Amino acid sequence: MPIPVEVMLKKKERFERDPDTVPADFHDELFRLEAEGELVVQRVPDGVPVVEVPTKYGRPKLVPKGHLWHHKSCGQCGHIPGYSTSIFWVMRKLGYDYEDPRDQTSCTAWNYYASATSNEAAQAAVALRNFATAYESGYFPLIHCGTSYGHYKEVRAELLRHPELRAEVRRVMDKLGKPVVLPEEIVHYSEWFYAMRDEIAAHQVRDFSGIAVTVHPACHYYKLVEGDAIYDPDVYGGQRTAVVTALAEALGAEVRSYSTWFDCCGFGFRHILVQRDFTRSFATIRKIEVMKEEADPDVVLTHDTGCVTTLDKSQFAAQAHGRNVGVAVMSEAQFAALAMGAHPYKVCQLHWHSADYRPLLEKMGIDWEQAWAEFEADVARLERGEKEFLSWEDVDA
Amino acid sequence: MKAEAVAGFEEVSYEEKRRLFEEIKSDLRFPDYLYGCYECGICVAVCPSARFYDFSPRRIAQAAAREDVELVYQQMQEDIWECSQCFSCLRCPRGNNPGGIITIMREVAVNHGLASAKEALEGYSRIIYKIMSTGTQVSPDMLQPDAFPDWGPEVADVSNQLALWRRALPPETLHTTSTGWDVSERTLIELYLIWLETGALDMIRDVDEGLHMILEEVMEERLEEEGIER
Repeated sequence: MPIPVEVMLKKKERFERDPDTVPADFHDELFRLEAEGELVVQRVPDGVPVVEVPTKYGRPKLVPKGHLWHHKSCGQCGHIPGYSTSIFWVMRKLGYDYEDPRDQTSCTAWNYYASATSNEAAQAAVALRNFATAYESGYFPLIHCGTSYGHYKEVRAELLRHPELRAEVRRVMDKLGKPVVLPEEIVHYSEWFYAMRDEIAAHQVRDFSGIAVTVHPACHYYKLVEGDAIYDPDVYGGQRTAVVTALAEALGAEVRSYSTWFDCCGFGFRHILVQRDFTRSFATIRKIEVMKEEADPDVVLTHDTGCVTTLDKSQFAAQAHGRNVGVAVMSEAQFAALAMGAHPYKVCQLHWHSADYRPLLEKMGIDWEQAWAEFEADVARLERGEKEFLSWEDVDA
Repeated sequence: MKAEAVAGFEEVSYEEKRRLFEEIKSDLRFPDYLYGCYECGICVAVCPSARFYDFSPRRIAQAAAREDVELVYQQMQEDIWECSQCFSCLRCPRGNNPGGIITIMREVAVNHGLASAKEALEGYSRIIYKIMSTGTQVSPDMLQPDAFPDWGPEVADVSNQLALWRRALPPETLHTTSTGWDVSERTLIELYLIWLETGALDMIRDVDEGLHMILEEVMEERLEEEGIER
């Protein structure tokens, strides 16, 4: 029998956070260290419009609308390129400027959480090198990956708490000739989509009112250093993070709940690469099958590299075993781009995904066969040498 | 099934186990990760690994809190690599971070070349090589059907069309196939300096000597070309 999720949720709406458990605001220590000359705090540049959003313990957080330095994700760029492309595409469509840097490295935390072949000083130095590079560019960092976002918040907490770590990392940064910089807020791209949801909805050209969605909130977004994550009293009564869900609702989709929403996806960092029996089992049994049974969604939306990968790629083998799987998986960035009229292949790059997304496209009113023919025609132009690369103008042609 | 060296892990002296534990305990993050344990079991209830393995974040926190060096050593050989590092266990009402304690235990296991670390990282060398030498992790050209046969036929499609499909991506930084994006030369040199200066590269010497040698050569050669002395 399905679990009565809605009844449980209604009970939970009466819950209030205990004021005694509210963690200290990290800004106090951040600005104290800045005043003492220990570090530089990068603020949102003057003249850039910001949106103030609510976080878990009520503290407002600033999300800049534009002039953003895109801290890309190695997993997104590597094997879900439509994820990154959709983030850029939506930002361009809304008319906000950005920097797509070449002087950025991965946060390297996928490897760190998988293999532990690093240490806290190295991890902090990698983070600070990227932050210093963003600062030098004048653009404000926007973090694409949920793990980078969570890890950078961990790094910030460690740096603020431990002077010996600051001293060690400062020595390394001096060698690189770079300042020790932390941004006033660490902002995840899904927070930008939450903050911009009304502007995105205003540019919507496809009707999503018939689309049923389940949301998988990413562990490293809201469990690691939880105080920064966006919680909105109007979404789940403030009891779950509001990112992804608030956007899907703003686009007119029906968000359906399910009982294992708190469970991770099964990524496991090392498991997804070298021990995937665990990943496949967990993703199937604890996530996809529960969603199918309790909510029967048209699409699973999530907001992190590992979660899209795990929930999408784990379904193929499970299907061979006759399990109750078979649902499209994508980031809410791709979902929003589709709502705004993005091409499913040229922009959202859905051909890199494994679970069948075609029934979803049909429900969205997209002729995927024609769209694929258009993409193949463009690729043929590249093959014939008529063009070396497709440009932003090409994908909107 | 664990390798014999792990399943029947090497017995070492109590003093050695104590030394390993003291290394864990002296990590500057350790006091931030452990405040005692109510034995409520919330961490186990939310732990994905506990559902599929004989693994318990509560036992990790308890062993560390009791300074049970025998059990901590056993966990370093048998348990720590099962953790998913999702940090669901941060729901602990006491404020413990069992996942964080495991991160530290793993680092110590790698540093000392424990059998469990060697086993866990078997088949993982190319990933470490990629992230340390290029600054991005899973690159497009690693998406090969023989490496990911369980991910469906789309993997072969991507692999067959890779160079062409990467050129079809509108962001100019994403036309690469051997890295996630185009990372500048200067940035790589800075990254190599970080690995070398913080001792991160030396951490893998005991678990994978060959990989350590290759990476050290790549990094030092590049720094030498740039005239950077360490």
